[in-house]
Amino acid sequence: MSKISGSEAVIKCLLEEGVDIIYGYPGGAIMPVYDELYKYQDKIQHVLTRHEQGATHSAQGFARISGRVGVAIATSGPGATNLVTGIADAQIDSTPMVCITGQVGSHLLGSDAFQETDIIGISTPITKWNYQITKASEIPEIFAKAFYIAKSGRPGPVLIDITKDAQFEEFNFSYKRINGIRSYKPTPIINMDQIKKAADLINKAEKPLIVWGQGVILGNAEKEFTDLIEKSGIPAAWTILGASAIPTDHSLNVGMLGMHGNYAPNVLTNECDVLIAIGMRFDDRVTGDVNRYAKQAKIIHFEIDPAEVNKNIEVDIPVLGDAKETLSKIIPLIDKKSYKNWLDQFKKLYKIEYDKVIDGELNPSKKGLTMGEVIKEINFQTKGNAAIVSDVGQHQMVACRYANFNKSKSNITSGGLGTMGFALPAAIGAKMASPEREVVAVIGDGGYQMTIQELGTVFQTKAAVKIVVLNNDFLGMVRQWQQLFFDKRYASTEMVNPDFVKIAEGYYLKAKRVTERKDLANAVEEMIKSDEPYFLEVVVEKEGNVFPMIPTGSSVSEIRLS
Amino acid sequence: MSKKTNKYTVSVYTEDSVGLLNRISAIFQRRHINIESFNSSMTEIESVQRWTILILTTEVQIKKIVGQINKQIEVIKAYYHTDEETIYQESCLFKIKSSLLFDDRQIQNIIKESNALIVTVNPEFFVIEKSGRTHELDELYEKLSNYGILQYVRSARIAVTKAPLMISEILTDFKKNKNE
Repeated sequence: MSKISGSEAVIKCLLEEGVDIIYGYPGGAIMPVYDELYKYQDKIQHVLTRHEQGATHSAQGFARISGRVGVAIATSGPGATNLVTGIADAQIDSTPMVCITGQVGSHLLGSDAFQETDIIGISTPITKWNYQITKASEIPEIFAKAFYIAKSGRPGPVLIDITKDAQFEEFNFSYKRINGIRSYKPTPIINMDQIKKAADLINKAEKPLIVWGQGVILGNAEKEFTDLIEKSGIPAAWTILGASAIPTDHSLNVGMLGMHGNYAPNVLTNECDVLIAIGMRFDDRVTGDVNRYAKQAKIIHFEIDPAEVNKNIEVDIPVLGDAKETLSKIIPLIDKKSYKNWLDQFKKLYKIEYDKVIDGELNPSKKGLTMGEVIKEINFQTKGNAAIVSDVGQHQMVACRYANFNKSKSNITSGGLGTMGFALPAAIGAKMASPEREVVAVIGDGGYQMTIQELGTVFQTKAAVKIVVLNNDFLGMVRQWQQLFFDKRYASTEMVNPDFVKIAEGYYLKAKRVTERKDLANAVEEMIKSDEPYFLEVVVEKEGNVFPMIPTGSSVSEIRLS
Repeated sequence: MSKKTNKYTVSVYTEDSVGLLNRISAIFQRRHINIESFNSSMTEIESVQRWTILILTTEVQIKKIVGQINKQIEVIKAYYHTDEETIYQESCLFKIKSSLLFDDRQIQNIIKESNALIVTVNPEFFVIEKSGRTHELDELYEKLSNYGILQYVRSARIAVTKAPLMISEILTDFKKNKNE
């Protein structure tokens, strides 16, 4: 067997794991790996982002739309620290990602060498696992572990730091994928007693409500989930990361949970008799005040991560396991039923929300454009088949509330961390993973400027993402809170913005600005019909608010419509 | 579950791994919980480490914390126990001026009654060692502090549980499943 360098081994490991695209930015301590990437460019595409944060978000977008592991690569020091936001985002949103960082030579470790940073120490609390390689011979086993850990059980980010000498060192390479680590239990063993207890409780329920999250999507359990709700007849509501697991227009889909979610599922969370949580973690944005959350209900929690059970909400029946397995085991035990009166309550409350909020947002008669009517137009032009990648803020809540999804893995957004700047690079990654799909990034003027440099990546790769900036010249969500809770003291939320169209044109992208309602439909149509990347700025009303809203500290049933 | 603070002994069986300690201590740090004492040692199983961590907190918190420790990749299994559920020991060393031993006979009685050991004696100082439960060490400290202590150091708690922990079984099960 002939010897190869550690850096070539890195590429071979990636190929063994089926990686054909990675996102990154070169620099001193990772140069040997880049040299090999050059040699292997026919097998692995390297996408040069304009900032390492962009590389992580692109890898996340890639992972979220495809279910595959996203890969980001950077150099030591600032290259590595620039990955941190994306890693933290992937950790809290359970996104499978492997990050590779170069590190100074092992003889320099701990000496404050040029571009040395303790990225292992820094990334420890925000990774599922991390490891520093100082010898080339460690590379195959560590990469095999990294990919296995990133994608198994509850997925998450893994970081591998490789010293420069290990990249140069030569050794005999052989690779073996792994399917187990003795100290790691990715998927709990299913307890049939718990499943039976859960089934009994569900069958006896009179006003049951299902609340589901991303676990359904990560577990590829969309079919089982659909079978469960259709057989049981139970209305189901989603967290923003769970969105798109079933089509928006499914008759049992009763809408979005949480702070800016729909009126009916929030109010009725506090009226149901059995609450069935599936693959969600009772985030505070979903529960509102936990002391007044579904107190009247018995709670069943289907969950893969035992640490999530009873973490935020005490539950009556935990059902541990992978959603695909637990759901397929419980379906035969569930009685076929329907809950007409109970569903009517959802319809009644939806009507109230429609009259007070939705109608005005989607069919406005006021002068300024609303964010909702833009999303409605995108729905119309894409027939609900697009993947919507949203950033963070008002536009995100509007996009999640009003976007139509026909297909799973279509709502890509930064949920847990709330990372402004996520959408543009994530959309690039999503489009590259699924070039056949329409990928529309919906971004606010604030978040857009946090990673606006990734327009360079769009231009260089020609990734045909459609970029919609909803511009209100404000950090809108913060402004809304200032209006409601800080007596309209708009501290540092008003933005003096550049000419976004000119900037896009500077990157040779097709670009348009819409300021009038009459021009919106044509502009969205032109954008969707374009085979190339396209930038559309829509100037929306300056001080629009997102409602409904559960103010911090309030109960879900205290959701405000205005 | 009660909101009362209690002493919990957390026992963590781990692979021998650089950096895992950082990962575990971050779990306590995030929740603003102090580690009262920490001990790392070998175990009855080759290449498996055991950490014994003493924590003052509520049962609600300790349950969540141990859940989060358990999900770390290199943690084989973590448990928490109350004092009643464990047999535990701590030990301590006292360095005291030798003259006191002869000037005040009472010190000799204290040492004898407390079952402490004299580790070394030289013309300047002597060192006594005491192992036992927390309150026994506290009592001895109290008594000796009246005479003046040159140096005092106390070890972390080590503990075994009254109930079996089945770590070997976890590891054998893994091997069996892998071979199947």
